[in-house]
Amino acid sequence: MQALFRLFKEYWGILWRPSVYYSLGFLTLGGFVAGIIFWGGFNTALEVTNTEKFCTSCHEMRDNVFVELKDTIHYSNRSGVRASCPDCHVPHEWTHKIARKMQASKEVWGKLFGTIDTREKFLAHRRELAEHEWARLKANDSRECRNCHNFEFMDFTRQSKRAAAMHSTSLASGQATCIDCHKGIAHKLPDMRGVPGW
Amino acid sequence: MPIRSLPLLMFAVIGLVVAAEVDYPLDAPGPDGRRPGGTLTQSMPAPPLANDENKDLKRERNYPDQPPTIPHTIRGYQVDINGNKCLSCHSRANSARSQATMISITHYMDRDGQALAAVSPRRYFCTQCHVAQKEVQPLVGNSFETIDKLLQDDANAAQKP
Ligand code: HEC
Ligand code: HEC
Ligand code: HEC
Ligand code: HEC
Ligand code: HEC
Repeated sequence: MQALFRLFKEYWGILWRPSVYYSLGFLTLGGFVAGIIFWGGFNTALEVTNTEKFCTSCHEMRDNVFVELKDTIHYSNRSGVRASCPDCHVPHEWTHKIARKMQASKEVWGKLFGTIDTREKFLAHRRELAEHEWARLKANDSRECRNCHNFEFMDFTRQSKRAAAMHSTSLASGQATCIDCHKGIAHKLPDMRGVPGW
Repeated sequence: MPIRSLPLLMFAVIGLVVAAEVDYPLDAPGPDGRRPGGTLTQSMPAPPLANDENKDLKRERNYPDQPPTIPHTIRGYQVDINGNKCLSCHSRANSARSQATMISITHYMDRDGQALAAVSPRRYFCTQCHVAQKEVQPLVGNSFETIDKLLQDDANAAQKP
Protein backbone atom coordinates (compact mmCIF):
# COMPACT_ATOMS: atom_id res chain seq x y z
CA MET A 1 0.00 0.00 0.00
CA GLN A 2 2.75 2.36 0.99
CA ALA A 3 4.74 1.48 -2.12
CA LEU A 4 1.72 2.23 -4.21
CA PHE A 5 1.31 5.54 -2.48
CA ARG A 6 4.97 6.40 -3.08
CA LEU A 7 4.64 5.49 -6.73
CA PHE A 8 1.61 7.67 -7.04
CA LYS A 9 3.37 10.56 -5.32
CA GLU A 10 6.30 10.23 -7.66
CA TYR A 11 4.03 10.13 -10.68
CA TRP A 12 2.15 13.15 -9.43
CA GLY A 13 5.47 14.95 -9.02
CA ILE A 14 6.46 14.12 -12.56
CA LEU A 15 3.16 15.32 -13.82
CA TRP A 16 3.65 18.75 -12.33
CA ARG A 17 7.39 19.16 -13.01
CA PRO A 18 8.26 20.77 -16.33
CA SER A 19 9.80 18.15 -18.57
CA VAL A 20 13.58 18.07 -18.78
CA TYR A 21 14.39 14.60 -20.00
CA TYR A 22 11.45 13.57 -22.12
CA SER A 23 10.87 14.54 -25.71
CA LEU A 24 7.69 16.25 -26.73
CA GLY A 25 6.80 13.26 -28.88
CA PHE A 26 7.06 10.93 -25.90
CA LEU A 27 4.94 13.24 -23.81
CA THR A 28 2.15 13.51 -26.33
CA LEU A 29 2.22 9.80 -27.04
CA GLY A 30 2.32 8.99 -23.34
CA GLY A 31 -0.55 11.34 -22.73
CA PHE A 32 -2.48 9.68 -25.47
CA VAL A 33 -1.92 6.20 -24.04
CA ALA A 34 -2.69 7.32 -20.49
CA GLY A 35 -5.83 8.96 -21.82
CA ILE A 36 -6.99 5.74 -23.37
CA ILE A 37 -6.32 3.86 -20.17
CA PHE A 38 -8.14 6.33 -17.94
CA TRP A 39 -11.01 6.72 -20.34
CA GLY A 40 -11.35 2.98 -20.70
CA GLY A 41 -11.16 2.50 -16.94
CA PHE A 42 -13.78 5.16 -16.38
CA ASN A 43 -16.11 3.69 -18.92
CA THR A 44 -15.55 0.19 -17.59
CA ALA A 45 -16.40 1.37 -14.11
CA LEU A 46 -19.45 3.04 -15.59
CA GLU A 47 -20.45 -0.15 -17.35
CA VAL A 48 -20.29 -2.06 -14.08
CA THR A 49 -22.81 0.33 -12.57
CA ASN A 50 -24.90 -0.14 -15.69
CA THR A 51 -25.97 -3.72 -15.10
CA GLU A 52 -29.06 -5.12 -13.53
CA LYS A 53 -26.86 -6.92 -11.03
CA PHE A 54 -25.55 -3.61 -9.77
CA CYS A 55 -29.00 -2.01 -9.69
CA THR A 56 -30.46 -4.83 -7.64
CA SER A 57 -27.45 -5.24 -5.37
CA CYS A 58 -29.02 -2.92 -2.83
CA HIS A 59 -32.08 -4.22 -1.07
CA GLU A 60 -34.07 -1.05 -1.75
CA MET A 61 -34.25 -1.96 -5.42
CA ARG A 62 -34.24 -5.73 -5.03
CA ASP A 63 -37.12 -5.93 -2.57
CA ASN A 64 -39.29 -3.25 -4.13
CA VAL A 65 -39.09 -2.63 -7.83
CA PHE A 66 -37.23 -5.78 -8.90
CA VAL A 67 -39.74 -8.26 -7.47
CA GLU A 68 -42.51 -6.32 -9.17
CA LEU A 69 -40.74 -6.35 -12.51
CA LYS A 70 -40.59 -10.14 -12.36
CA ASP A 71 -44.32 -10.60 -13.07
CA THR A 72 -44.30 -8.33 -16.07
CA ILE A 73 -43.83 -8.89 -19.77
CA HIS A 74 -40.44 -7.21 -19.70
CA TYR A 75 -39.00 -9.90 -17.43
CA SER A 76 -40.55 -13.06 -18.74
CA ASN A 77 -42.28 -13.64 -22.04
CA ARG A 78 -42.75 -15.98 -24.95
CA SER A 79 -39.79 -14.79 -26.99
CA GLY A 80 -37.30 -14.46 -24.14
CA VAL A 81 -36.21 -10.94 -25.07
CA ARG A 82 -36.15 -8.87 -21.94
CA ALA A 83 -35.53 -5.40 -20.65
CA SER A 84 -33.21 -4.88 -17.70
CA CYS A 85 -33.17 -1.86 -15.41
CA PRO A 86 -30.63 0.21 -17.39
CA ASP A 87 -32.48 -0.49 -20.67
CA CYS A 88 -35.33 1.64 -19.42
CA HIS A 89 -33.59 3.89 -16.96
CA VAL A 90 -30.22 4.79 -18.46
CA PRO A 91 -29.84 6.55 -21.80
CA HIS A 92 -27.61 4.96 -24.42
CA GLU A 93 -25.87 8.08 -25.72
CA TRP A 94 -22.85 8.99 -23.68
CA THR A 95 -23.73 12.57 -22.79
CA HIS A 96 -27.23 11.63 -21.69
CA LYS A 97 -25.82 8.69 -19.78
CA ILE A 98 -23.40 10.84 -17.81
CA ALA A 99 -26.16 13.33 -17.01
CA ARG A 100 -28.37 10.51 -15.70
CA LYS A 101 -25.46 9.08 -13.66
CA MET A 102 -24.93 12.42 -11.98
CA GLN A 103 -28.59 12.43 -10.98
CA ALA A 104 -28.29 8.85 -9.80
CA SER A 105 -25.51 9.86 -7.41
CA LYS A 106 -28.23 11.62 -5.48
CA GLU A 107 -30.07 8.33 -5.19
CA VAL A 108 -26.93 6.71 -3.79
CA TRP A 109 -26.88 9.57 -1.28
CA GLY A 110 -30.43 8.57 -0.38
CA LYS A 111 -29.22 5.01 0.08
CA LEU A 112 -26.43 6.06 2.44
CA PHE A 113 -28.79 8.02 4.62
CA GLY A 114 -31.58 5.46 4.49
CA THR A 115 -34.21 7.66 2.87
CA ILE A 116 -36.02 4.61 1.51
CA ASP A 117 -34.54 1.77 3.51
CA THR A 118 -37.88 0.19 4.41
CA ARG A 119 -40.84 -0.72 2.27
CA GLU A 120 -42.95 1.92 4.04
CA LYS A 121 -40.45 4.68 3.41
CA PHE A 122 -40.11 3.54 -0.19
CA LEU A 123 -43.87 3.70 -0.70
CA ALA A 124 -43.97 7.13 0.86
CA HIS A 125 -41.43 8.37 -1.68
CA ARG A 126 -42.73 6.35 -4.58
CA ARG A 127 -44.88 9.01 -6.17
CA GLU A 128 -41.99 11.44 -6.17
CA LEU A 129 -39.62 8.88 -7.70
CA ALA A 130 -42.18 7.89 -10.32
CA GLU A 131 -42.84 11.54 -11.19
CA HIS A 132 -39.15 11.96 -11.94
CA GLU A 133 -39.20 9.02 -14.34
CA TRP A 134 -42.40 10.17 -16.02
CA ALA A 135 -41.02 13.65 -16.45
CA ARG A 136 -37.77 12.30 -17.86
CA LEU A 137 -39.49 9.98 -20.36
CA LYS A 138 -41.99 12.65 -21.31
CA ALA A 139 -39.21 15.14 -21.95
CA ASN A 140 -37.18 12.78 -24.12
CA ASP A 141 -40.22 11.40 -25.97
CA SER A 142 -39.79 8.00 -24.28
CA ARG A 143 -36.40 7.51 -25.85
CA GLU A 144 -35.58 4.42 -23.80
CA CYS A 145 -38.78 2.66 -24.86
CA ARG A 146 -38.06 3.54 -28.46
CA ASN A 147 -34.60 1.99 -28.27
CA CYS A 148 -36.44 -1.33 -28.42
CA HIS A 149 -39.91 -0.46 -29.69
CA ASN A 150 -39.59 1.38 -32.95
CA PHE A 151 -42.77 3.11 -34.04
CA GLU A 152 -41.65 2.91 -37.69
CA PHE A 153 -41.77 -0.86 -37.57
CA MET A 154 -45.00 -1.33 -35.69
CA ASP A 155 -47.38 -3.45 -37.76
CA PHE A 156 -50.80 -2.14 -36.79
CA THR A 157 -52.51 -5.04 -38.52
CA ARG A 158 -50.86 -7.37 -36.03
CA GLN A 159 -51.75 -5.28 -33.00
CA SER A 160 -54.96 -5.51 -31.06
CA LYS A 161 -57.64 -3.10 -32.21
CA ARG A 162 -57.34 -1.01 -29.06
CA ALA A 163 -53.58 -0.73 -29.48
CA ALA A 164 -53.75 0.08 -33.18
CA ALA A 165 -56.44 2.70 -32.63
CA MET A 166 -54.28 4.55 -30.11
CA HIS A 167 -50.94 4.07 -31.82
CA SER A 168 -52.16 5.18 -35.23
CA THR A 169 -53.71 8.36 -33.85
CA SER A 170 -52.30 10.00 -30.73
CA LEU A 171 -48.91 8.35 -30.97
CA ALA A 172 -48.48 8.78 -34.70
CA SER A 173 -49.35 12.46 -34.52
CA GLY A 174 -46.97 13.02 -31.64
CA GLN A 175 -49.69 14.23 -29.25
CA ALA A 176 -48.76 11.53 -26.79
CA THR A 177 -45.70 9.49 -26.08
CA CYS A 178 -45.39 5.95 -24.72
CA ILE A 179 -45.25 6.93 -21.06
CA ASP A 180 -48.47 8.96 -21.33
CA CYS A 181 -50.43 5.77 -21.86
CA HIS A 182 -48.16 3.03 -20.50
CA LYS A 183 -47.48 4.15 -16.96
CA GLY A 184 -46.80 1.27 -14.61
CA ILE A 185 -45.56 -0.96 -17.41
CA ALA A 186 -42.75 -2.36 -15.27
CA HIS A 187 -43.62 -1.71 -11.63
CA LYS A 188 -46.59 -1.20 -9.37
CA LEU A 189 -47.96 2.30 -9.53
CA PRO A 190 -47.78 4.81 -6.69
CA ASP A 191 -50.88 6.65 -5.47
CA MET A 192 -52.27 7.95 -8.77
CA ARG A 193 -54.59 10.61 -7.39
CA GLY A 194 -54.30 13.74 -9.50
CA VAL A 195 -52.26 12.20 -12.31
CA PRO A 196 -53.83 13.35 -15.59
CA GLY A 197 -55.88 10.58 -17.20
CA TRP A 198 -56.29 8.57 -13.97
CA MET B 1 -58.01 -56.71 30.05
CA PRO B 2 -60.20 -53.94 31.41
CA ILE B 3 -63.78 -54.34 30.25
CA ARG B 4 -63.93 -50.75 29.14
CA SER B 5 -61.61 -51.17 26.13
CA LEU B 6 -63.59 -54.10 24.82
CA PRO B 7 -65.96 -51.97 22.67
CA LEU B 8 -62.94 -50.19 21.17
CA LEU B 9 -61.40 -53.48 20.24
CA MET B 10 -64.65 -54.64 18.67
CA PHE B 11 -64.96 -51.48 16.61
CA ALA B 12 -61.42 -51.90 15.34
CA VAL B 13 -62.10 -55.48 14.30
CA ILE B 14 -65.38 -54.57 12.58
CA GLY B 15 -63.65 -51.68 10.85
CA LEU B 16 -60.97 -53.95 9.49
CA VAL B 17 -63.53 -56.43 8.23
CA VAL B 18 -65.57 -53.71 6.50
CA ALA B 19 -62.50 -52.12 4.93
CA ALA B 20 -61.41 -55.45 3.53
CA GLU B 21 -64.85 -56.10 2.08
CA VAL B 22 -65.66 -52.85 0.17
CA ASP B 23 -66.83 -53.83 -3.25
CA TYR B 24 -66.55 -50.43 -4.92
CA PRO B 25 -63.22 -48.98 -6.07
CA LEU B 26 -61.90 -46.37 -3.63
CA ASP B 27 -60.10 -44.71 -6.51
CA ALA B 28 -63.10 -43.69 -8.61
CA PRO B 29 -62.62 -42.54 -12.20
CA GLY B 30 -62.20 -38.78 -12.54
CA PRO B 31 -65.14 -36.70 -13.75
CA ASP B 32 -64.91 -36.45 -17.51
CA GLY B 33 -65.06 -33.04 -19.07
CA ARG B 34 -62.51 -30.96 -17.29
CA ARG B 35 -59.81 -33.60 -17.13
CA PRO B 36 -60.72 -36.50 -19.38
CA GLY B 37 -59.45 -39.90 -18.23
CA GLY B 38 -57.59 -40.90 -15.10
CA THR B 39 -58.87 -41.49 -11.59
CA LEU B 40 -59.43 -39.15 -8.66
CA THR B 41 -56.03 -39.73 -7.09
CA GLN B 42 -54.08 -39.70 -10.31
CA SER B 43 -52.51 -36.41 -11.35
CA MET B 44 -52.96 -35.79 -15.04
CA PRO B 45 -50.75 -33.44 -17.02
CA ALA B 46 -52.15 -29.90 -16.86
CA PRO B 47 -53.71 -28.61 -20.09
CA PRO B 48 -51.74 -25.83 -21.77
CA LEU B 49 -52.58 -22.27 -20.69
CA ALA B 50 -55.00 -20.67 -23.11
CA ASN B 51 -54.50 -17.19 -24.50
CA ASP B 52 -56.68 -14.31 -23.40
CA GLU B 53 -59.30 -13.46 -25.95
CA ASN B 54 -58.30 -10.08 -27.34
CA LYS B 55 -60.51 -9.54 -30.37
CA ASP B 56 -62.01 -6.25 -29.14
CA LEU B 57 -65.47 -7.39 -30.20
CA LYS B 58 -68.22 -6.83 -27.66
CA ARG B 59 -70.19 -9.97 -26.88
CA GLU B 60 -73.90 -10.33 -26.76
CA ARG B 61 -75.36 -10.11 -23.26
CA ASN B 62 -77.82 -12.81 -22.29
CA TYR B 63 -80.02 -10.45 -20.32
CA PRO B 64 -79.96 -6.67 -19.92
CA ASP B 65 -78.40 -6.56 -16.47
CA GLN B 66 -75.67 -9.06 -17.20
CA PRO B 67 -72.23 -7.56 -16.62
CA PRO B 68 -70.67 -7.72 -20.09
CA THR B 69 -67.57 -9.88 -20.44
CA ILE B 70 -64.32 -8.08 -21.11
CA PRO B 71 -63.43 -8.28 -24.81
CA HIS B 72 -59.73 -7.45 -24.32
CA THR B 73 -56.79 -8.68 -22.27
CA ILE B 74 -56.29 -7.18 -18.84
CA ARG B 75 -52.80 -8.51 -18.22
CA GLY B 76 -50.99 -6.38 -15.66
CA TYR B 77 -53.88 -3.94 -15.20
CA GLN B 78 -53.57 -2.58 -11.70
CA VAL B 79 -56.72 -2.09 -9.66
CA ASP B 80 -55.97 -1.28 -6.05
CA ILE B 81 -55.91 1.52 -3.50
CA ASN B 82 -53.40 3.44 -5.61
CA GLY B 83 -55.23 3.52 -8.89
CA ASN B 84 -57.67 1.86 -11.24
CA LYS B 85 -56.34 1.15 -14.71
CA CYS B 86 -59.81 0.24 -15.99
CA LEU B 87 -61.12 3.69 -15.14
CA SER B 88 -58.25 5.29 -17.02
CA CYS B 89 -60.23 4.27 -20.12
CA HIS B 90 -63.78 3.55 -18.93
CA SER B 91 -64.49 6.49 -16.64
CA ARG B 92 -66.82 9.23 -17.79
CA ALA B 93 -63.99 11.66 -18.41
CA ASN B 94 -61.68 9.23 -20.24
CA SER B 95 -64.12 7.30 -22.38
CA ALA B 96 -64.09 9.80 -25.22
CA ARG B 97 -60.32 9.71 -25.55
CA SER B 98 -60.11 5.93 -25.32
CA GLN B 99 -63.37 5.16 -27.16
CA ALA B 100 -64.17 2.61 -24.47
CA THR B 101 -67.76 2.14 -23.32
CA MET B 102 -68.44 4.48 -20.42
CA ILE B 103 -69.36 2.67 -17.22
CA SER B 104 -73.12 2.96 -16.87
CA ILE B 105 -74.97 4.98 -14.24
CA THR B 106 -75.38 1.90 -12.04
CA HIS B 107 -71.64 2.07 -11.34
CA TYR B 108 -72.17 5.41 -9.65
CA MET B 109 -75.00 4.27 -7.42
CA ASP B 110 -74.83 3.19 -3.85
CA ARG B 111 -77.06 0.37 -2.72
CA ASP B 112 -79.97 2.71 -2.14
CA GLY B 113 -79.91 3.79 -5.77
CA GLN B 114 -78.47 7.16 -4.84
CA ALA B 115 -76.14 8.40 -7.62
CA LEU B 116 -72.73 9.44 -6.31
CA ALA B 117 -70.23 11.87 -7.79
CA ALA B 118 -67.59 9.23 -8.43
CA VAL B 119 -67.55 5.48 -8.99
CA SER B 120 -69.28 3.75 -6.13
CA PRO B 121 -66.91 1.84 -3.85
CA ARG B 122 -68.92 -1.33 -4.40
CA ARG B 123 -68.18 -1.10 -8.12
CA TYR B 124 -64.50 -0.29 -7.79
CA PHE B 125 -63.11 -3.79 -8.24
CA CYS B 126 -64.25 -4.38 -11.78
CA THR B 127 -63.18 -8.01 -12.11
CA GLN B 128 -65.57 -8.99 -9.34
CA CYS B 129 -68.27 -8.84 -12.00
CA HIS B 130 -66.52 -8.46 -15.38
CA VAL B 131 -64.21 -11.20 -16.54
CA ALA B 132 -61.82 -11.57 -19.43
CA GLN B 133 -62.33 -14.62 -21.65
CA LYS B 134 -59.95 -17.34 -22.80
CA GLU B 135 -59.74 -18.80 -26.27
CA VAL B 136 -61.17 -22.21 -25.35
CA GLN B 137 -64.23 -24.29 -26.07
CA PRO B 138 -66.76 -24.35 -23.21
CA LEU B 139 -66.14 -27.36 -20.96
CA VAL B 140 -69.78 -28.04 -20.23
CA GLY B 141 -72.84 -27.52 -22.40
CA ASN B 142 -75.37 -24.80 -21.67
CA SER B 143 -79.04 -24.86 -22.56
CA PHE B 144 -79.77 -21.28 -21.50
CA GLU B 145 -82.27 -19.53 -23.75
CA THR B 146 -82.64 -15.76 -23.87
CA ILE B 147 -85.98 -14.13 -23.21
CA ASP B 148 -86.19 -13.13 -26.88
CA LYS B 149 -86.04 -16.77 -27.91
CA LEU B 150 -88.80 -17.66 -25.46
CA LEU B 151 -91.02 -14.82 -26.68
CA GLN B 152 -90.38 -15.80 -30.27
CA ASP B 153 -91.24 -19.43 -29.52
CA ASP B 154 -94.45 -18.26 -27.88
CA ALA B 155 -95.39 -16.11 -30.86
CA ASN B 156 -94.65 -18.95 -33.27
CA ALA B 157 -96.67 -21.39 -31.17
CA ALA B 158 -99.64 -18.98 -31.10
CA GLN B 159 -99.62 -18.64 -34.90
CA LYS B 160 -99.57 -22.41 -35.55
CA PRO B 161 -103.15 -23.65 -35.00
C1 HEC C 1 -34.82 -3.97 -23.90
C2 HEC C 1 -35.89 -3.70 -24.81
C3 HEC C 1 -37.17 -3.06 -24.30
C4 HEC C 1 -37.32 -1.82 -23.71
C5 HEC C 1 -36.23 -0.81 -23.34
C6 HEC C 1 -38.74 -1.64 -23.53
N1 HEC C 1 -39.42 -2.75 -23.96
FE1 HEC C 1 -41.43 -3.00 -23.99
N2 HEC C 1 -41.22 -4.89 -24.65
C7 HEC C 1 -40.02 -5.47 -25.03
C8 HEC C 1 -40.30 -6.79 -25.56
C9 HEC C 1 -39.25 -7.74 -26.11
C10 HEC C 1 -41.70 -6.99 -25.47
C11 HEC C 1 -42.57 -8.14 -25.96
C12 HEC C 1 -42.37 -9.45 -25.38
C13 HEC C 1 -43.25 -10.48 -26.06
O1 HEC C 1 -44.41 -10.21 -26.36
O2 HEC C 1 -42.73 -11.55 -26.27
C14 HEC C 1 -42.24 -5.79 -24.89
C15 HEC C 1 -43.60 -5.59 -24.67
C16 HEC C 1 -44.16 -4.37 -24.35
C17 HEC C 1 -45.59 -4.11 -24.26
C18 HEC C 1 -46.72 -5.11 -24.52
C19 HEC C 1 -47.29 -5.56 -23.24
C20 HEC C 1 -48.26 -6.69 -23.39
O3 HEC C 1 -48.84 -7.06 -22.34
O4 HEC C 1 -48.45 -7.22 -24.49
C21 HEC C 1 -45.73 -2.80 -23.94
C22 HEC C 1 -47.04 -2.04 -23.75
C23 HEC C 1 -44.40 -2.24 -23.80
N3 HEC C 1 -43.48 -3.22 -24.05
C24 HEC C 1 -44.15 -0.92 -23.47
C25 HEC C 1 -42.87 -0.42 -23.18
C26 HEC C 1 -42.62 0.89 -22.66
C27 HEC C 1 -43.70 1.91 -22.35
C28 HEC C 1 -41.26 1.02 -22.51
C29 HEC C 1 -40.47 2.23 -21.98
C30 HEC C 1 -40.71 2.60 -20.59
C31 HEC C 1 -40.65 -0.23 -22.97
N4 HEC C 1 -41.67 -1.07 -23.35
C32 HEC C 1 -39.29 -0.49 -23.00
C33 HEC C 1 -38.77 -4.88 -24.96
C34 HEC C 1 -38.48 -3.64 -24.44
C1 HEC D 1 -52.46 7.24 -26.81
C2 HEC D 1 -52.08 6.17 -25.93
C3 HEC D 1 -50.87 5.29 -26.32
C4 HEC D 1 -49.61 5.71 -26.64
C5 HEC D 1 -49.09 7.14 -26.79
C6 HEC D 1 -48.83 4.52 -26.80
N1 HEC D 1 -49.61 3.41 -26.59
FE1 HEC D 1 -49.02 1.45 -26.72
N2 HEC D 1 -50.90 0.85 -26.34
C7 HEC D 1 -51.98 1.66 -26.05
C8 HEC D 1 -53.16 0.85 -25.82
C9 HEC D 1 -54.55 1.38 -25.45
C10 HEC D 1 -52.76 -0.49 -25.99
C11 HEC D 1 -53.62 -1.76 -25.86
C12 HEC D 1 -53.98 -2.05 -24.46
C13 HEC D 1 -52.86 -2.48 -23.59
O1 HEC D 1 -52.01 -3.26 -24.03
O2 HEC D 1 -52.86 -2.06 -22.44
C14 HEC D 1 -51.33 -0.47 -26.32
C15 HEC D 1 -50.57 -1.60 -26.55
C16 HEC D 1 -49.21 -1.59 -26.79
C17 HEC D 1 -48.42 -2.75 -27.08
C18 HEC D 1 -48.96 -4.17 -27.19
C19 HEC D 1 -49.51 -4.39 -28.58
C20 HEC D 1 -50.69 -5.27 -28.64
O3 HEC D 1 -51.09 -5.64 -29.76
O4 HEC D 1 -51.27 -5.58 -27.59
C21 HEC D 1 -47.13 -2.34 -27.23
C22 HEC D 1 -45.93 -3.19 -27.54
C23 HEC D 1 -47.12 -0.90 -27.06
N3 HEC D 1 -48.41 -0.47 -26.81
C24 HEC D 1 -46.00 -0.11 -27.12
C25 HEC D 1 -46.03 1.27 -27.16
C26 HEC D 1 -44.85 2.09 -27.39
C27 HEC D 1 -43.45 1.55 -27.55
C28 HEC D 1 -45.25 3.37 -27.41
C29 HEC D 1 -44.39 4.63 -27.66
C30 HEC D 1 -43.63 4.62 -28.91
C31 HEC D 1 -46.69 3.38 -27.17
N4 HEC D 1 -47.12 2.09 -27.04
C32 HEC D 1 -47.48 4.52 -27.11
C33 HEC D 1 -51.97 3.04 -26.00
C34 HEC D 1 -50.87 3.84 -26.29
C1 HEC E 1 -39.80 -1.61 -19.30
C2 HEC E 1 -39.07 -0.54 -18.73
C3 HEC E 1 -38.58 -0.63 -17.28
C4 HEC E 1 -37.75 -1.56 -16.72
C5 HEC E 1 -37.18 -2.82 -17.35
C6 HEC E 1 -37.49 -1.13 -15.37
N1 HEC E 1 -38.18 0.04 -15.11
FE1 HEC E 1 -38.12 1.09 -13.37
N2 HEC E 1 -39.55 2.38 -14.11
C7 HEC E 1 -40.06 2.34 -15.40
C8 HEC E 1 -41.06 3.38 -15.53
C9 HEC E 1 -41.87 3.68 -16.78
C10 HEC E 1 -41.14 4.03 -14.27
C11 HEC E 1 -42.06 5.22 -13.88
C12 HEC E 1 -43.12 4.78 -12.92
C13 HEC E 1 -44.12 3.85 -13.53
O1 HEC E 1 -44.74 4.19 -14.55
O2 HEC E 1 -44.33 2.75 -12.97
C14 HEC E 1 -40.18 3.38 -13.40
C15 HEC E 1 -39.94 3.73 -12.08
C16 HEC E 1 -38.93 3.21 -11.30
C17 HEC E 1 -38.60 3.67 -9.98
C18 HEC E 1 -39.29 4.79 -9.22
C19 HEC E 1 -40.30 4.25 -8.26
C20 HEC E 1 -41.54 3.71 -8.91
O3 HEC E 1 -41.80 2.51 -8.74
O4 HEC E 1 -42.24 4.43 -9.59
C21 HEC E 1 -37.53 2.92 -9.55
C22 HEC E 1 -36.81 3.03 -8.21
C23 HEC E 1 -37.20 1.98 -10.61
N3 HEC E 1 -38.06 2.19 -11.66
C24 HEC E 1 -36.19 1.05 -10.55
C25 HEC E 1 -36.03 0.01 -11.47
C26 HEC E 1 -35.13 -1.13 -11.28
C27 HEC E 1 -34.19 -1.34 -10.09
C28 HEC E 1 -35.28 -1.94 -12.36
C29 HEC E 1 -34.61 -3.29 -12.64
C30 HEC E 1 -34.91 -4.33 -11.69
C31 HEC E 1 -36.25 -1.30 -13.25
N4 HEC E 1 -36.68 -0.13 -12.66
C32 HEC E 1 -36.65 -1.80 -14.47
C33 HEC E 1 -39.68 1.49 -16.41
C34 HEC E 1 -38.85 0.37 -16.25
C1 HEC F 1 -56.65 1.15 -22.82
C2 HEC F 1 -58.04 1.41 -22.51
C3 HEC F 1 -58.81 0.33 -21.74
C4 HEC F 1 -58.52 -0.18 -20.52
C5 HEC F 1 -57.32 0.14 -19.61
C6 HEC F 1 -59.59 -1.07 -20.19
N1 HEC F 1 -60.50 -1.11 -21.21
FE1 HEC F 1 -62.22 -2.17 -21.26
N2 HEC F 1 -62.58 -1.55 -23.15
C7 HEC F 1 -61.81 -0.65 -23.85
C8 HEC F 1 -62.37 -0.46 -25.17
C9 HEC F 1 -61.81 0.47 -26.24
C10 HEC F 1 -63.53 -1.28 -25.23
C11 HEC F 1 -64.49 -1.44 -26.41
C12 HEC F 1 -64.31 -2.78 -27.10
C13 HEC F 1 -62.88 -3.02 -27.48
O1 HEC F 1 -62.35 -2.29 -28.32
O2 HEC F 1 -62.27 -3.92 -26.88
C14 HEC F 1 -63.63 -1.95 -23.95
C15 HEC F 1 -64.63 -2.84 -23.62
C16 HEC F 1 -64.84 -3.30 -22.34
C17 HEC F 1 -66.01 -4.04 -21.89
C18 HEC F 1 -67.20 -4.44 -22.74
C19 HEC F 1 -68.24 -3.35 -22.75
C20 HEC F 1 -69.48 -3.75 -23.48
O3 HEC F 1 -70.32 -2.86 -23.63
O4 HEC F 1 -69.61 -4.91 -23.87
C21 HEC F 1 -65.86 -4.31 -20.57
C22 HEC F 1 -66.81 -5.06 -19.67
C23 HEC F 1 -64.58 -3.77 -20.18
N3 HEC F 1 -63.98 -3.17 -21.26
C24 HEC F 1 -64.06 -3.86 -18.91
C25 HEC F 1 -62.78 -3.45 -18.57
C26 HEC F 1 -62.17 -3.73 -17.29
C27 HEC F 1 -62.81 -4.50 -16.17
C28 HEC F 1 -60.93 -3.16 -17.33
C29 HEC F 1 -59.86 -3.20 -16.24
C30 HEC F 1 -59.44 -4.53 -15.80
C31 HEC F 1 -60.77 -2.51 -18.61
N4 HEC F 1 -61.92 -2.72 -19.34
C32 HEC F 1 -59.67 -1.78 -19.00
C33 HEC F 1 -60.68 -0.01 -23.39
C34 HEC F 1 -60.05 -0.26 -22.18
C1 HEC G 1 -71.13 -5.39 -8.73
C2 HEC G 1 -70.82 -5.81 -10.05
C3 HEC G 1 -70.06 -4.84 -10.98
C4 HEC G 1 -68.87 -4.21 -10.77
C5 HEC G 1 -67.97 -4.30 -9.53
C6 HEC G 1 -68.57 -3.48 -11.97
N1 HEC G 1 -69.59 -3.64 -12.88
FE1 HEC G 1 -69.64 -2.93 -14.78
N2 HEC G 1 -71.49 -3.68 -15.04
C7 HEC G 1 -72.17 -4.46 -14.13
C8 HEC G 1 -73.49 -4.77 -14.65
C9 HEC G 1 -74.52 -5.61 -13.92
C10 HEC G 1 -73.57 -4.17 -15.92
C11 HEC G 1 -74.74 -4.20 -16.92
C12 HEC G 1 -75.91 -3.37 -16.47
C13 HEC G 1 -75.53 -2.00 -16.15
O1 HEC G 1 -75.12 -1.27 -17.04
O2 HEC G 1 -75.60 -1.69 -14.98
C14 HEC G 1 -72.30 -3.48 -16.14
C15 HEC G 1 -71.99 -2.76 -17.27
C16 HEC G 1 -70.72 -2.27 -17.55
C17 HEC G 1 -70.31 -1.69 -18.79
C18 HEC G 1 -71.21 -1.45 -20.01
C19 HEC G 1 -71.98 -0.22 -19.80
C20 HEC G 1 -72.93 0.08 -20.90
O3 HEC G 1 -73.47 1.19 -20.87
O4 HEC G 1 -73.17 -0.79 -21.73
C21 HEC G 1 -69.00 -1.34 -18.67
C22 HEC G 1 -68.13 -0.68 -19.74
C23 HEC G 1 -68.59 -1.68 -17.34
N3 HEC G 1 -69.66 -2.26 -16.70
C24 HEC G 1 -67.32 -1.47 -16.84
C25 HEC G 1 -66.99 -1.63 -15.51
C26 HEC G 1 -65.76 -1.17 -14.93
C27 HEC G 1 -64.63 -0.48 -15.68
C28 HEC G 1 -65.80 -1.50 -13.61
C29 HEC G 1 -64.75 -1.17 -12.52
C30 HEC G 1 -64.56 0.22 -12.24
C31 HEC G 1 -67.05 -2.19 -13.36
N4 HEC G 1 -67.75 -2.22 -14.54
C32 HEC G 1 -67.44 -2.70 -12.14
C33 HEC G 1 -71.70 -4.89 -12.91
C34 HEC G 1 -70.51 -4.46 -12.32
